[in-house]
Amino acid sequence: MRGASNFAGQVDLLFWFITILAIIIAIGVFILIVVFATKYRRRYSGYVPPAIEGNNRLEIAWIVVPTVIALATFAWAAIIYVNMHNPPKDAITIYVVGRQWMWKAQQPTGQWENNELHVPVGKPVKLIMTSQDVIHNFFVPAFRVKQDLIPGRYTTMWFTAEKPGVYDLFCAEYCGTSHSEMIGKIYALSQQDYEAWLSGGSTAASASGMAGGSGSQASSQSAGQQLYQSLGCASCHGQNGEGQIGPRLAGLYGSEVQLSNGQTVMADDSYIRESILNPQAKIVKGYQPIMPTYQGQVTEQDILQLIQFIRSLGSNSSQGAAQNETDNAPAASPVPAGQSGQ
Amino acid sequence: MATVTRTIDYEKPIYEEEINYLNTDYSLKSWLFTLDHKRIGILYLISISLMFILGSAAAGLIRLELLTPQGDLLNADAYNRAFTMHGIIMVFLFLIPSIPTVLGNFVLPMMLGARDVAFPRLNLLSWYVYVFGALWILAGLILGGADGGWTFYPPYSTTYANSHIVPVALGIFIVGFSSILTGLNFIVTTHRMRAPGLTWFRLPLFVWSLYATSLIQVLATPVLAITLLLVAVERVLGVGIFSPQLGGDPVLFQHMFWFYSHPAVYIMILPGMGVVSELVACFSRKNVFGYKFVALASVAIAVYGFLVWGHHMFVAGQSVYAGMIFSALSFLVAIPSAIKVFNWTATLYKGSISFQTPMLYALGFIGLFTIGGLTGLHLAALSTDVHLSDTYFVVAHFHYIMVGGMMLAYLGGLHYWWPKMTGRMYPELLGKLSALIVFIGFNLTFFPQFIAGFEGMPRRYHEYASQYQVFNVLSSAGTSILAVGFILPVLYLLWSLKWGEKAPINPWGSAGLEWQTPTPPPTQNFLETPVVTTGPHHYSQVREEVVG
Amino acid sequence: MAVTSTQTVEVHHEDPALKHQFDTPEQQYGASMFGMWLFLSTEIMMFGGLFLGYIVYRALYPQAWHEATLHQDWIIGGINTLVLITSSFTVALSIYGAQTNRKKLTVWCLLLTILLAFVFLVNKYIEYSAHYHEGLLPGKWFNTAEYGRQTELFMLFYFVMTGLHGIHVLVGILILSYMAYKAWKNTFHSEYYTPLEVSGLYWHFVDIVWIFLFPLLYLMGGVSFGGGH
Repeated sequence: MRGASNFAGQVDLLFWFITILAIIIAIGVFILIVVFATKYRRRYSGYVPPAIEGNNRLEIAWIVVPTVIALATFAWAAIIYVNMHNPPKDAITIYVVGRQWMWKAQQPTGQWENNELHVPVGKPVKLIMTSQDVIHNFFVPAFRVKQDLIPGRYTTMWFTAEKPGVYDLFCAEYCGTSHSEMIGKIYALSQQDYEAWLSGGSTAASASGMAGGSGSQASSQSAGQQLYQSLGCASCHGQNGEGQIGPRLAGLYGSEVQLSNGQTVMADDSYIRESILNPQAKIVKGYQPIMPTYQGQVTEQDILQLIQFIRSLGSNSSQGAAQNETDNAPAASPVPAGQSGQ
Repeated sequence: MATVTRTIDYEKPIYEEEINYLNTDYSLKSWLFTLDHKRIGILYLISISLMFILGSAAAGLIRLELLTPQGDLLNADAYNRAFTMHGIIMVFLFLIPSIPTVLGNFVLPMMLGARDVAFPRLNLLSWYVYVFGALWILAGLILGGADGGWTFYPPYSTTYANSHIVPVALGIFIVGFSSILTGLNFIVTTHRMRAPGLTWFRLPLFVWSLYATSLIQVLATPVLAITLLLVAVERVLGVGIFSPQLGGDPVLFQHMFWFYSHPAVYIMILPGMGVVSELVACFSRKNVFGYKFVALASVAIAVYGFLVWGHHMFVAGQSVYAGMIFSALSFLVAIPSAIKVFNWTATLYKGSISFQTPMLYALGFIGLFTIGGLTGLHLAALSTDVHLSDTYFVVAHFHYIMVGGMMLAYLGGLHYWWPKMTGRMYPELLGKLSALIVFIGFNLTFFPQFIAGFEGMPRRYHEYASQYQVFNVLSSAGTSILAVGFILPVLYLLWSLKWGEKAPINPWGSAGLEWQTPTPPPTQNFLETPVVTTGPHHYSQVREEVVG
Repeated sequence: MAVTSTQTVEVHHEDPALKHQFDTPEQQYGASMFGMWLFLSTEIMMFGGLFLGYIVYRALYPQAWHEATLHQDWIIGGINTLVLITSSFTVALSIYGAQTNRKKLTVWCLLLTILLAFVFLVNKYIEYSAHYHEGLLPGKWFNTAEYGRQTELFMLFYFVMTGLHGIHVLVGILILSYMAYKAWKNTFHSEYYTPLEVSGLYWHFVDIVWIFLFPLLYLMGGVSFGGGH
């Protein structure tokens, strides 16, 4: 299957290298076995073969040579893998929530898609993902990428689609009855078509089932802003995040935060999520530990809307600044998934 | 010890009047309360064969369903339980016990020149614990089965699954103790019950691999036990050790689970490698090339195997650095296995090779294990694993090793020691035919799965995208051939018990110490503890005429 | 040393204590002790999994872990520690009794060990029921309103670790009772006391596990008088 992402060529090259290496070794062994089995087949009983103890030099050779090849292969693979975990700073961020048994993805403009994801060709796309219930896995075979979605945390992956087309999306971690039906489609569109789709216009190229939300500002910004008001965040953090009883939120995203225990942390997606669900875990220096928890009152989607809104209040440097924290082990401890079941 | 062999008359068949471990007492009680390691081996043979039939039935259902992309034979829940029970039964109730408890129990004490294992009552207890645990798992199956895969990942298994996880998990917990106690017994036996003169580097390679296997069983299985116990506790009490809803970490489960389950796969191959060493030596009439390297490679695999569990978690959210360490180590763990393959091949050089059924299985093992092991490189490599993880590529990889490897070795060993165990020969032509059918059927079943996996077909899928159908049809067709290859031995081995040719004392002319006893052996194996003066597989010093 | 005999000869050693599979008493003794040490290593791996979980969550929730230990009664825990240490002494003394052919000492020390083990279990019962009444039992009996989920997680570790340990104490009681019976029946003497020593080894292990559990589960939050409930 032809690859269609920036990683596909590299991964396929490595795959075929290993495969050819394997074929050479396997065929080598098979030929030797066939030759020896034929040449040294038993011709008469009573023949006593010579007792050959071994050959230390040969042993060393076939230990050292495979080890060198193995470590070289490891290094090659590792370099690509590290690259897979370092999204470029100019990547578009798309939030993904998986739940039994569907995918929801949120575009930067705020609109949500179900079981589909539209991406532009040629631009890196970073997915920040979580699950609402059990562990799922976002797998796009054509892009050669795959990553688990873990409840209670954010995980990240990125890719750049290189060819316009429609590609399979599969859930690749067993998640219950309809695991094999938790599938979708990735629509890679040219930059033009993608923007057209986002703004709701339909062109021939955006051949997707669901057009972008009309009048695009069914945006998370307003949705997030609505939540910000209705949940009462404004009363402590100010109407526009200017800060009052609670810390300032404008310009928070991506900045460094001093905590009351002396530590400094990065204000990334995980930090904001934790602050909403378990505010007592990290107290900002100079503030009182009085923020109530919203555990049970917000879904993962709601949290993502709020994060989008807080980002819109101004972020520090670029998105890239925050990315590394969400990539690997989370800065925050596992926080319960927002609102059970939904 | 060479002096012993000269007095044996290989042509002399066994007579009815002679008393051996089988005919001393025919009562059921004598079997169910036996302390004889050979009888315990037979008890295990019966039990695991029954479990294999169950596990195969589940596999049959799976492959039938997968003939078509839609889910038409089974509904989703039934399918999900089928693959889960297939994995659980085959791993815990068949593969892990197989060679150690059947062939190991039978042969190990004799290979050491001992009358029995160190703790015969513990050995019998191991069997009863196995049966008890198996009954729990069967109860879970009869109640409707569990789903979640044999890997039980929470929070699905602890909070969301609607199936009978608890009895199945507890059954595995119990069966684990059978494995631990067998391993413990074998380690003490190998250390303390060797005949005079039998130093470590005179031990047959089968003993080395059983020893390495036992080390893993003893140290790794308890971790599985506690992990599954915690899953059951979480499920029953609704508390969150692994469930983020309640403060727990689901990835912690994966670390604990794979800390056992990776070494477990070495439990499921090392004994097979030991059998292959014995077979290659005997049927080339040569000592194994590089004996010390092969012996120490077994131990190296056991030790290394504890260090690589994270390669099951490259896309599970563990850190990049951890991933890199696990990947590097996973490449290194392939090296000892490669050493063995090269040494077996070199053993054939200038040998005197015959192609009886056990040897056909041994050669098949080397071929298929090599393929399976090499595809492990694709999975040890981080970035290719990202694409291949959780696809049919992985399924093909481990079936090449577990079926193409371990299962073939088990069948080879069973045929090799069948005369010793039963006093009968199996029909050789049928044996060879079955080996060939298994080989062909196996490759047809599992090779297409490599391709399907690379093309992106995920595993544990009840329905699949239509572009994968051709691979699935080939695979299911192969299963029908493979089934014939497995059914035939069941039939002719059973047949041979009554109508098979009576076996000479050492039909293969093997140099093993276990063949220096009558066939079948008396209960206490050796009347006097033998004294060993040479290394194992010393075929150049065995001067008898080889029969057949 | 021809192996052509076809008669089955029952292998009976003159010494009834020497089992048929062994050649010498030394071999039997060595194998038995080695076997028990191996078994204990499996136990370490099993408890190890629980210790691992405890450590992981302590790193994640240090605050909750600290507070949860304050609900533990370190006085009862401390008494239990002394009880078990003493019981290890008494079991060692019983082995000394066998080594010196003093049957009475052997039997009485074993009974004393069993008594101490019972005291331990009774103390645990007292603690467990106190926790139950305070709503600290994990699951549906837990008072989530008053204590958080993380405290529940700690209590879960507490109950599983001490519960598993308690089961091992119970099994130990059964083993030691059987040993006391055998000792009373004159089975052990200075030439043969292998089962006794093997059982003693098991009991020492049970003691050592507790010595690790006690500080982790009771003392990590600091010690305060006034019960800490």
